[in-house]
Amino acid sequence: MAATETQLKDLGEKARRMRIDILKMLHGCGSGHTGGSLSSTDIVTALYFYKMKYDPKNPGWDGRDHFVLSKGHAAPMLYAALAHAGYFEQAELCTLRKLGSRLQGHPDSKNLPGVEISTGSLGQGLSVANGIALARRLDKGQNRVYALLGDGELQEGQIWEAAMTAAHYKLDNLCALVDNNGLQIDGPVAKVMNVEPITDKWRAFGWEVMDIDGHSIAALCDALDRAETVKGKPVCIVCRTVKGKGCSLFEGKVEFHGTTPSNEELETALKELAEGACI
Amino acid sequence: MTQKIATRDAYGDALVNLGKKRSDVVVLDADLSGSTKTSKFAKAFPDRFFNIGIAEQDMMGTAAGLAVGGKLPFASTFAVFATGRAWEQVRQSICYPNLNVKIVASHAGVTVGEDGGSHQSVEDIAVMRVIPNMTVIVPADGIETMQAIEAAAEMKGPCYVRVGRNKVPVIFGPDYRFAIGKAHVFHEGKDAAIIACGLMTAEALAARELLAAEGINAGVINMASIKPLDRDAVVAAARQCGAVVTAEEHSIIGGLGGAVAEALAEEAPVPMVRVGMKDVFGTSGTGEGLLKHYGLSAADIAAAVKEVIKKKKSA
Repeated sequence: MAATETQLKDLGEKARRMRIDILKMLHGCGSGHTGGSLSSTDIVTALYFYKMKYDPKNPGWDGRDHFVLSKGHAAPMLYAALAHAGYFEQAELCTLRKLGSRLQGHPDSKNLPGVEISTGSLGQGLSVANGIALARRLDKGQNRVYALLGDGELQEGQIWEAAMTAAHYKLDNLCALVDNNGLQIDGPVAKVMNVEPITDKWRAFGWEVMDIDGHSIAALCDALDRAETVKGKPVCIVCRTVKGKGCSLFEGKVEFHGTTPSNEELETALKELAEGACI
Repeated sequence: MTQKIATRDAYGDALVNLGKKRSDVVVLDADLSGSTKTSKFAKAFPDRFFNIGIAEQDMMGTAAGLAVGGKLPFASTFAVFATGRAWEQVRQSICYPNLNVKIVASHAGVTVGEDGGSHQSVEDIAVMRVIPNMTVIVPADGIETMQAIEAAAEMKGPCYVRVGRNKVPVIFGPDYRFAIGKAHVFHEGKDAAIIACGLMTAEALAARELLAAEGINAGVINMASIKPLDRDAVVAAARQCGAVVTAEEHSIIGGLGGAVAEALAEEAPVPMVRVGMKDVFGTSGTGEGLLKHYGLSAADIAAAVKEVIKKKKSA
């Protein structure tokens, strides 16, 4: 099965609307991670609105696929996806990072339905995804497990412990996606602590590796479809992305890793995103 | 002669029993299954055992994921690695999301012996106790370990159980029932109360005998449930005896002694002496030799009781 033209058009529109939500959310609270939320928006759009099975009315549904946001600082992007998926009202998005909100600065699974596991301390999500995949396999479930990692996050040693474990246990119900936007807080990943060659590393660890344009929803849908057909090993989809994607002001700008748009920046960004609307 | 069983052996047996009763029990180890005795479970239920290799951080995260997937994971390795190397994974991936993961760590304390200070965990109770949502249990013997594992399986949420390497005397009868949050009063005392955990409870019972020969009546309370602490038992003992000694195979900072001191200071201040590792690392030696070397024997507890009685009299 492949995504149809209509599907792809709808997914593009969904991603555009999510980007608007993300920017408004971040602008509203004045802190949070803009760049990495926007770079991974298309990836998560393909997951939540093309590939994954879930039931927002029954978040613990046994038949669901699991999503682990290992790069937990992209929480605004996850919240936008969950709201669009129907886990909660979109109005709640404006409570991001506020006292009493379920939308914590980094995802908190105790309080927000749809969040599988609390994340935020980098490097830990893939291990958790492995555990879920092992549990589902023990139950002979058809569920699939997806983990989204940052490229800077690959500097954490635990990622590679988990990469070994997933291959050792032949977790073919697991798919990791790397948001390879090339930037981290202190600068370009290549400069801070080079993680390349990323694809060779995952291959050497025993994974099936795909290398795609992380902003092509067609490529993402296709890769996610192909990942399901791989047997006997886990799949890593390295998604080549642009930090801050969708708004020229933020694209490729390291300073927008952990800062939020000003009034003027928001206005410009929303204008650009409005022009990209598929009407 | 008193029967002796290592609490790690009891843990291995308890896991097998649990595995027979509950199909959701899964076990993880980090290349120490022969030592932690999870190998018994691995042999009985190979499909439900996961050796993660020498990767404790990954093991804790994997355990968290298994809990998300509806399993009841027990993760084991040496105490120093489970609580030190993987502390942040225990905090972030297990306790913060309040997942139903049980961490049972063996080779705790100085009685690891010959491996030396690098392997002798004397801080684990402190660093586990401080994490919100975490329950901490330090069983005293094989019987209590079996009970503690059952109790840990029954409760929802993260739980840390500390077991040891060496054989220790069996001090509980087969009918003993452990409950989380409840102390066991072996003897009520008059002159001072000894509150102990782990293998130090047996030492405390021996200390009581030594003191009795000198006409001193020391109570002995086993406090396996370090968190939640049985504050009522601590306060009652303090009010009854007017002096308290704690005894643990752990640093005097932050463990049982720390927890009891907190309770006493807030609710029933009385003179207190802590027996334990006095802010030092361990060293190589035999388990028994090290207990004597670091002042963790029955005679040392007896001396601490005399000291606390002196404090009481001069207070």
